[in-house]
Amino acid sequence: MIGVISYLVFFTTVASILAIAVLGLNLQWGNTGLFNGGVVAFFGAGAYATLILGGTPQADHLGGFELFYPLALLGGMLAAGLLAWLVGVLTLRLRHDYLAIATFGVAVAFETLMRNAEGLAGGAKGLRGFERPLREALGDGFTYNLVFLAFVLTLLIVVYVFLGRLIRSPFGRMLRAIREDEVAAKSLGKSPSRVRLTAFVTGSVIMGLAGGLYATFYAFISPQDVLPILTFQIWAMLIVGGAGNNAGAVLGTFIIWGGWTASGWALSRFAPIEAQLYTGTVQFILIGMIIVGMLMWRPQGLLPERLVVSQSGKPENKHKTGSRR
Amino acid sequence: MTEPILSTRNLTRDFGPFRAVDGVDLEILDGSITGLIGPNGAGKSTLFNVLTGMLAPTAGQVFLQGRDVTGQQSDRLFAQGLGRTFQIPRPFGRMSVLENVMLAPMNQLGERLWGPILQPARMRAEEAAIRERALEVLEFVTLDGLADQAAAEISGGQRKLLELARVLMGDPSVILLDEPAAGVNPTLTRVLIDKIEELNRGGKTFVIIEHDMDFVMQHCDPVIALAQGKIVFQGTAEEAQANPVLLDAYLGAQVDD
Ligand SMILES: Nc1ncnc2c1ncn2[C@@H]1O[C@H](COP(=O)(O)OP(=O)(O)OP(=O)(O)O)[C@@H](O)[C@H]1O
Ligand SMILES: [Mg+2]
Repeated sequence: MIGVISYLVFFTTVASILAIAVLGLNLQWGNTGLFNGGVVAFFGAGAYATLILGGTPQADHLGGFELFYPLALLGGMLAAGLLAWLVGVLTLRLRHDYLAIATFGVAVAFETLMRNAEGLAGGAKGLRGFERPLREALGDGFTYNLVFLAFVLTLLIVVYVFLGRLIRSPFGRMLRAIREDEVAAKSLGKSPSRVRLTAFVTGSVIMGLAGGLYATFYAFISPQDVLPILTFQIWAMLIVGGAGNNAGAVLGTFIIWGGWTASGWALSRFAPIEAQLYTGTVQFILIGMIIVGMLMWRPQGLLPERLVVSQSGKPENKHKTGSRR
Repeated sequence: MTEPILSTRNLTRDFGPFRAVDGVDLEILDGSITGLIGPNGAGKSTLFNVLTGMLAPTAGQVFLQGRDVTGQQSDRLFAQGLGRTFQIPRPFGRMSVLENVMLAPMNQLGERLWGPILQPARMRAEEAAIRERALEVLEFVTLDGLADQAAAEISGGQRKLLELARVLMGDPSVILLDEPAAGVNPTLTRVLIDKIEELNRGGKTFVIIEHDMDFVMQHCDPVIALAQGKIVFQGTAEEAQANPVLLDAYLGAQVDD
């Protein structure tokens, strides 16, 4: 029994961390129409920077600044934001499809750099030597995981509420207008390049937060954690849940992560021995099929985007609208 | 009424070898309702696009309130008081009609990333005021019943009305309207022109592209005619009606259809 609960805590922690990243992508794609094909670069920048800033000194690679944990986590977000700002300044003026290609390239370059630059971040062996915050007080066991889950859930709620307010605000209105018709938005005085950059950086900072939490949870990060498959998983979560809908983004995360975990378990358990090597590949194909299938049969996702209507928070307008017809 | 608020010098725009706007020297007087007429393909909409910074001119200059604004982008020109509508409406489809209109005001507090977090009360108050005004503008163009409808779901004529509502909401001092009455029912057209004239009395300048000659003759003064990218006539509505060249080139064609 405790085994099941302990596993559920573990699962929910990872899913909630991923949900934060999916919310970041939703700001970029769902609300602004920015195709980020390299989510994992910003997730990874957050993860690596958090561990480098917060870890203990290491002989063979950079790091060990032993920063106070919240500062390390903020540093991770900042690193992701800086990377996004750089990529954004260079590409957001270009046509949309170039952004997808450029971000995908950045993610591959990021992984290659981390894999090869041993002096920077431990190379293929990854980054170690990170002491999880409050470990001395809480130990390494179930209690720690429970407290960490509470921490992650709190941050998920904070991000969720922040983004919810943001997209219902005039800023969110600008994002959607630019997504829908950039020329028209521009003709009404909005600056698409500036607004897009802000949305892109903000979304990436949120992905950086997710990466930082992920690295904290495992007290470890390596190039294996920042492979392109993670980008596709995060995209699948958003598409299944419903681009443009934050509740959908979270729902999609739990469904896809649940499906991924369950299929991994089922394959390792039931697939014939000689096929065991390929179970990962089967999962990749499944993710691909889910994305394509959703786009074909339910492109709006399980929870479609909802219109922002005048009644929200202001019921006294009801008599005004809808009175004529 | 005598100062040109918007003017051009030798404004030219090519599409490849084709010259769509050809050396136009335009003077739009402050406080006027200028009618811009001309046959299909004369270059009227292209002229609007160059004036509002959506297309770069091949040659020539644009002046807004005496300042050279050549090459400035449409968002900056809007901020300086130059607004326009599109001949083919460009609604923000997956946004409500009300939101389409609420977008337009400049420098909204909540347009800043931290606005909703740092100044929630002020933002809400401003938002309520904007919503109130947007509903008024929508009521005026008879779209208030559709405020909460997705803009993608409204009819062609309603889209034209939404175009107008959006630009009026933005409150620019010079408003370029590209065939505002096309596809709009005649009764409503009357209401719209009444409003345009009311706003004009309040000091706003309008430039209106229109094919309906009755409309132009009744409400526009002066009238400018464009043909093959060039200004071929400029004068009062009466002069336009008395002008044989104009009647031949353009009004003649109108009688046929
Ligand atoms: N983006 C473009 N690329 C190439 N040619 C263009 C472009 N836009 C307009 N043109 C050409 O320029 C000419 C003028 O077009 P424009 O839309 O300005 O005409 P118009 O006077 O507004 O006509 P209408 O009354 O039919 O709206 C047309 O011959 C058109 O084919
Ligand atoms: Mg035209």
